[in-house]
Amino acid sequence: MGYKFQIFSKISAYLLGVLWIMPLLYAFWAAFHPAEYATKFELFAPLTLDNFYAAWEQAPFMSYMLNTVIITTLILASQLFVCTLAGYALAREKFRGRNIAFALIMMQLMVMPEVLIVENYRTLAGFSLVDTHIGVGLPYLASAFGIFLLRQTFKTIPQELEDAARVEGLSGLAIIWKVFVPLAFPTYLAYSLVSVSYHWNNFLWPLVVTNTEASRPLTVGMAIFGAPESGVDWSVISAGTLIAIGPLLILFLIFQRRFIQSFMQAGIK
Amino acid sequence: MIKKVNYKAWLLLLPALSLLIAFTHWPTIKSIYRSVTWARSDMAPSQFVGMENYAMMLDDPVFWKVMENNFWYAVGTVPTSIALAIIMALWVNSKIRFTGLLRLAYFTPTILPMITVANIWLFFYSPNIGLFDQLLQLVGIDGPNWLGDPDLALSSLIVMTVWKEAGFFMIFYLAALQLLSVELYEAAKVEGASAWRTFRKITFPLLMPTTLFVLINALLNAFKLVDHLFILTKGGPNNASNLLLYYIYETAFSFLDSYYAATLTVVMLVILAIIAFVQIFFFDRKIHYR
Repeated sequence: MGYKFQIFSKISAYLLGVLWIMPLLYAFWAAFHPAEYATKFELFAPLTLDNFYAAWEQAPFMSYMLNTVIITTLILASQLFVCTLAGYALAREKFRGRNIAFALIMMQLMVMPEVLIVENYRTLAGFSLVDTHIGVGLPYLASAFGIFLLRQTFKTIPQELEDAARVEGLSGLAIIWKVFVPLAFPTYLAYSLVSVSYHWNNFLWPLVVTNTEASRPLTVGMAIFGAPESGVDWSVISAGTLIAIGPLLILFLIFQRRFIQSFMQAGIK
Repeated sequence: MIKKVNYKAWLLLLPALSLLIAFTHWPTIKSIYRSVTWARSDMAPSQFVGMENYAMMLDDPVFWKVMENNFWYAVGTVPTSIALAIIMALWVNSKIRFTGLLRLAYFTPTILPMITVANIWLFFYSPNIGLFDQLLQLVGIDGPNWLGDPDLALSSLIVMTVWKEAGFFMIFYLAALQLLSVELYEAAKVEGASAWRTFRKITFPLLMPTTLFVLINALLNAFKLVDHLFILTKGGPNNASNLLLYYIYETAFSFLDSYYAATLTVVMLVILAIIAFVQIFFFDRKIHYR
């Protein structure tokens, strides 16, 4: 064995790689060529940026993008704050009911907000929060996954450091802020990348709870933009797709090592 | 013994617990309650109807179709994406060239939004002019209508789901592989074990904890990944590719029947509870290296 098998294995590895980025490659092809080449593949087809202009004209990408950025930032900021406090309490405080509190929190890992769209929509409607940024964010403002990750990290921080800070006269929140947060920085970074890419791409809940351009994120906007009823052609859809995924894709390409490591780190815990 | 109530701890937990209770536990309880009530309209007061909604569900052919589809969707996506993830991780972890680029290629679908890439897959799958049918024409085959044919629609969704999640699961295997000790492999080499035997006797058993973790996540995905349905098939043709979560969405927001939607949600919650039970059962017994 050996040799033939290895060649075969190598070729398959590269083939699968090409297959895996095919949708992205196609999006680039269609977006940068005139519409008649969207389904015809000729090496020297003329290049154009018209599809990007057309896409930009046909959908309010600016507001979609802004909404996505606002919602993602809002969620992340709240998650970091809420999960830090809860993670610290679960890792460092001794109290009756800790295991029950932890179990209650962990339930969200199984019962994801996506499953509860019906009741959560009614709750939001009750508070008149439908079609607002905060409404899209609310079910995600606390994250069991974030609490779990931070709890695991905080547990590894030596008690002596906390005691020393106490001797220095720091108390309560100051200890969390000055000792625990800086030491857990890699966990925060890893969690943030995972959270941002999750919420940048989230669709079902934002679809349910947004009605207008005022709060609609990119994913929901793209679903409307790409719908056959809107009569847009493949080239323009591809250009729109590239506009929508552009920021995250560029971020990912620049920090790809960090990204992949973050996902790894988040998974091992 | 622990002293009286630790106010500080509960205060720290307050924001997290109140948010989670408001948007996870409370809606769970409300779903169960709503599933045993009914009202003529949203305005009318609801009344207790016992198991009637469930009886209606058992008589609903679409419900059974959706459950069957979801079963095949899980059978189609879970083992395939796990197997592919292992193979990808082994390749990326091996000494072939361009592993960095390969890893990037495999991982990219993870960070692309399902909903926007579904637009591109829609082109791949479109009859005649689509990429797949064009490729088949090259070898002289008249390609099928991937999404319009009831026998193929679900499989087409499965293919896209595997594409989306295999690279994500690869990451966990890659992390696990990099922690395995080199000595074991050197010993296997000295023994003259073949590559397949080494994988079967050493690598695969050592990856077992990762496989369990990935398995649970893949199972959860099989019930919550429905974004691409909105673009590719909308559950059609004739519910041939409809899945439970999509049906819940349709029932609540297209057919505006929140009572039946709640009943379906309870079924979903029971499925998730079973998955959770399996996870606790397996992880608590720590089936690791044997």
